[in-house]
Amino acid sequence: MNQSQTIDNFGGASVLTSRIDASCRVPLLALFGGAALWLVVGLVLSLAAIMTFHKPDMFADCPVLTYGHAQAAANDALLYGFCIPAGLGVMLWIFARLSQSELVLPLVPVVAANIWHLGVFVGVVAILLGDSTGFAWLEFPRGGSVLLFAAFLLIAISAVATFGARQNRELYPSHWFLLAALFWFPWIYSTANLFLVTHHPVRGVAQAAIDAWFANNLVFVWLALVGLGTAFYFLPKLSGRPLQSHYLALFAFWTLIVFGSWCGIPQDAPMPAWMPAASTVASSLLIVPLIAIAIIACKTVCGASITCKGGPFCYVKFGTAAFILSGLMLIAAACPQFSHVTEFTWFGPAQIQLQILGFFTIVMSGAIYELLPRVMGFALPFPKFVRIQHWLFMLGIVLWAGSLAVGGVEQGMKLNNPQTVFAESTDVALMFLRVGTTGLLFILVGSLLFAANVFAMTIKWKLALLKMMIAYIKSPLETASDRAKAGEVKS
Amino acid sequence: MKSGLCVFLAAFIALGLSWCGFVLGPAKQLGTARQAAVLNSSDTYPLQPTGDATLGLQVYRANGCAACHTEQVRQDGVTCEIVLTGAGKNPTAVTNLVSTLKLTGLTKEEADAASDKITAAGGSVETHINPVGRDIARGWGVRRSVAADFLYDYPVQLGSLRAGPDLANVGARLPDANWQLVHLYAPSAVAKNSAMPPFRFLFEVRKIGDAPSPDALQFPKDFPPPSGCEVVPTPEAKQLVAYLLSLKADVPLYEAPFTPVIAKP
Repeated sequence: MNQSQTIDNFGGASVLTSRIDASCRVPLLALFGGAALWLVVGLVLSLAAIMTFHKPDMFADCPVLTYGHAQAAANDALLYGFCIPAGLGVMLWIFARLSQSELVLPLVPVVAANIWHLGVFVGVVAILLGDSTGFAWLEFPRGGSVLLFAAFLLIAISAVATFGARQNRELYPSHWFLLAALFWFPWIYSTANLFLVTHHPVRGVAQAAIDAWFANNLVFVWLALVGLGTAFYFLPKLSGRPLQSHYLALFAFWTLIVFGSWCGIPQDAPMPAWMPAASTVASSLLIVPLIAIAIIACKTVCGASITCKGGPFCYVKFGTAAFILSGLMLIAAACPQFSHVTEFTWFGPAQIQLQILGFFTIVMSGAIYELLPRVMGFALPFPKFVRIQHWLFMLGIVLWAGSLAVGGVEQGMKLNNPQTVFAESTDVALMFLRVGTTGLLFILVGSLLFAANVFAMTIKWKLALLKMMIAYIKSPLETASDRAKAGEVKS
Repeated sequence: MKSGLCVFLAAFIALGLSWCGFVLGPAKQLGTARQAAVLNSSDTYPLQPTGDATLGLQVYRANGCAACHTEQVRQDGVTCEIVLTGAGKNPTAVTNLVSTLKLTGLTKEEADAASDKITAAGGSVETHINPVGRDIARGWGVRRSVAADFLYDYPVQLGSLRAGPDLANVGARLPDANWQLVHLYAPSAVAKNSAMPPFRFLFEVRKIGDAPSPDALQFPKDFPPPSGCEVVPTPEAKQLVAYLLSLKADVPLYEAPFTPVIAKP
């Protein structure tokens, strides 16, 4: 990649730009450091969960890591621990850059990041100890979710203030997506918690409906808003071509939030028939924003003069393609003919894993690799890891999500035939889970490389700070005679 | 879009609409639901679960059982069946008529037409409704799951993956508490090729003392417990089994009708 060209695309190495980057340094390190740790923890827990299928009695005497615990903790560590703080950090930087202004209230996100990661810690430990709420994607008990909610609001204050301080009043497409995401999370998270995790929850199956609405709006819509907002910022910057075009992006934004927010109610759920029906209609209409996003990405990327060699550009490109695929899988799973086979199989988890790991994690790690050296003011400590991680992730995602999806279809066909015994459907899926575990291992190794880069950078920066402090302490104090001498020289 | 306000309004309208649809709608429509009437009976359904079954749902939740088990039975449709209950004054004519008609696997319309013909000839008939579907053919339930089945559950554990069998009707399918306990302790002892992890941490293995525990598990012959020891369920295990045995979705309701099969004496 042509380095000088990239710097130009990102607004040059002017004094202002470096001041903006420097203002984001501490908040971003606080957000990304914890996120990198949770990414590794989440993937290790995922691996522990999937081991149960290789050797069922592995954790028979260890309640903490039994499948139901490890699986939920892994999902939440990845989503709440990695995806959301990483997304918020990237969002803060993009807002500061687009505003051409330093981050407003930089101390607030630092405090909030620590509260957030504390909340995730409380939640994950509670799940492992069996204190989950029992609602998918909302497993954190009240103590954890209150911390998360407060931390999100604090970060949102800083983000909105930075947005308000912008020099150019015209909005860029990334603004729409990221602002909507800032608004989305507090609404859905407070709704889900107030309706489900209180002393007077709603009655009966309405709980399942609200949980499905929440899960879809978080895992599909929120991640899509932040991931696409990031991609629409980085794709033009990295390819050196303007976004094609703003009107199409506006169309994609509108249709995504209007149709996307109605998806998620499963086909055969024991609910009034209008609910799954409305969800199916919305899911099939989701094809509209997907096509628009595909056109934007293709037109922006095609004809770029730079080649993709496993750098951040590759990450964002791959992530956007994974999003399109994940959206298509969502549509397929809501289409009655197809869901007849895939419902209650590994196909659903495959789509979620593709969305979280294949789309969001990849886009975010690409963005972080691109912005972190600028923010820190020095190059990545292990630049070769970027390329290795890209290949590990790509291979891992294809193996992991791909084998889950194919295994899900096979499992569904066995499940649909009442003549085959049930155990056959688990056996056929088991074969694919074994292949998928290899993919998960690749992703885990890739995430270790990512964490190594982030932590090495943090340590390097802290050492530099320490050196500066020591130098300052060691420097001889100005004595009265020094001052008198200086006075003599002057006079 | 020129200003942040436009973005805010766009997001507000989009999310607000879906909030009204999938949060407010179900909260109003289902959140105030009451017990439903059982068809052809004066009973109401479901009964409020009590004691151990209520606590067992919390064990089910805490251990994330819903990660692998669903509690919803799917149904693809119903077929009707006509059963002759009386031949009337002209039995030969009715019998001849019945032998020319198709009596099973009918749609509602066909069943109505056939029963009209037989009634016109002087016979009396009953129309039986039989739900059909993949899950029902597996014996996982007698009808599809409906909202009423989950009226008293908190949290509702519908589940979304069948790494294990469906449990909507497990209390009626496998009503033996000892079988359930042994299955939790060592799934392969009672279910061959089971992929379920054993939940040994819900049990206590101890030396048989002077007074063997009355709660100790009765193992099948080919799976003896450790010699000189007995396996005693913890209160959690007993509660979990009480909850599993309370899962019975086996009464006909207005929205999920069927004709119960009455076992012949």
